[in-house]
Amino acid sequence: MRELFRKRRMWRSRPDLKKRYDVVIIGGGSHGLATAYYLRQLGITDVAVLEKGYIGSGAAGRNTTILRSNYKTPEGARFYDASVKLYERLGKEMEFNLLFSQCGHLTLAHTDRALFVMANRAEVNRLQGIDSRLIGPDEVKELAPTMYVGEDTTYPIMGALYHPPGGIIRHDAVVWGLARGADAGGAEIHPYTEVTGLQRSGDRITAVQTTRGTIQAGTVLNCTAGWSSLICDMADVPLPITTHILQACVTEPVKPFLDVVIVSSQMHVYLSQSDRGEFVMGSEIEPWTTYRTSGTLNFLQDLTRHTLELFPQLEQARILRSWAGLCDLSPDYSPILGQTEVENFHVSAGWGTYGFKAAPIVGKTLAELVASGRTPDLIAPFTLERFYEDNLVSELAAAAVSH
Amino acid sequence: MSFLLTCPNCGTREVTDFGFGGEASTRPASRPSARELNTYIYFRRNAAGVQREWWHHRSGCRAWFLAERDTRTNHVIWTALPADAPAGQTPA
Repeated sequence: MRELFRKRRMWRSRPDLKKRYDVVIIGGGSHGLATAYYLRQLGITDVAVLEKGYIGSGAAGRNTTILRSNYKTPEGARFYDASVKLYERLGKEMEFNLLFSQCGHLTLAHTDRALFVMANRAEVNRLQGIDSRLIGPDEVKELAPTMYVGEDTTYPIMGALYHPPGGIIRHDAVVWGLARGADAGGAEIHPYTEVTGLQRSGDRITAVQTTRGTIQAGTVLNCTAGWSSLICDMADVPLPITTHILQACVTEPVKPFLDVVIVSSQMHVYLSQSDRGEFVMGSEIEPWTTYRTSGTLNFLQDLTRHTLELFPQLEQARILRSWAGLCDLSPDYSPILGQTEVENFHVSAGWGTYGFKAAPIVGKTLAELVASGRTPDLIAPFTLERFYEDNLVSELAAAAVSH
Repeated sequence: MSFLLTCPNCGTREVTDFGFGGEASTRPASRPSARELNTYIYFRRNAAGVQREWWHHRSGCRAWFLAERDTRTNHVIWTALPADAPAGQTPA
């Protein structure tokens, strides 16, 4: 019986690390595994994914699974749109059900200023061919008939940015599917293998030290989200990042009554109802930096208060779980992707609160970078170098607290 | 509960009473190059361990003060007004 179970494992466990790999990916989350997955499509299979915990144990398994592409800058919108499009075909490609529901995404406006910014975003989105438009309170009510839209609340709803292709997906399935696909192509996945040091000689990384021995690598990728600064520090590559906790919680399952993602920046809340009937809710990051993933009471208080203003019918619902994950926040709310001053050391960092939705396009573009040595156009605006040049890509209006 | 901080003027309060001012850093020399200035503005050590940092008693006396906190545990080692802060190079 035990053997039968083992045969069904989705990826092989590997006894020992080899002495050398063409590509070593640090971080077995959605970005690291997606990169291994897409490297396989480019014929690069001598790959090791090193993960200090179990795969998907960091941000990949702690996010609120919202996908969307209605960003504020053309660079950002184009990039996240490519990601949503990859997600749309990923389940079929991997032959794995990701439970992707493109149920639509509503970002609520409670002020004139918010309406103005959303109108701007809708225009930017449409120029990129993204389905996104500003709607009035009547249409909001039609799309979310169970949400309270009365005037007698702290933040009456004046309209919303409606993004039909946005939705939710099962994040664990994304991790497992990518791991299975990468493994089938020959990539080695090494959980419980922590990187403890990087040996740098001039502008190259020559070896990766781990808790299971030292290995050599042609190319090293840092896909460690909240821990990015620590890994980059091992290579003497400074990052413009601070690490914060972001928290979420989930209620007990209730009958389905919400089939659209609701976000309110002003109320610091985003929520959706899962296929199992649970309400999945998240809020903003804590302002102070930390590496400790314990939750805070003020998070639960503020989040539930705001959620109940929108959905008073949840008053009796019990919260089953709450949790925190680490976020690597960049100064302009855009990612840091691609090459560093070290020739064979690339990063995927600065993901703040929006990394999961970018996983496939990060994997695809980083794989192209590794294979060709050239930075793909799609990620050229997101270089680390932009901070030294003060050439930022500000997504503050579309990314901060508005998943 | 997250953690408590002790304002040098007002005493111990919940962290929600305070504004976080980020890790303490060294200003660049006068007439910095653009690269030096941008390094100062954007780049951070983001240490996992003891960090010297700025706090602001937003809901109290409004004073700015320094603290040392272990970012792995959120244990606050000390807080002090800038003039009274212990000297020495802590990993800041």
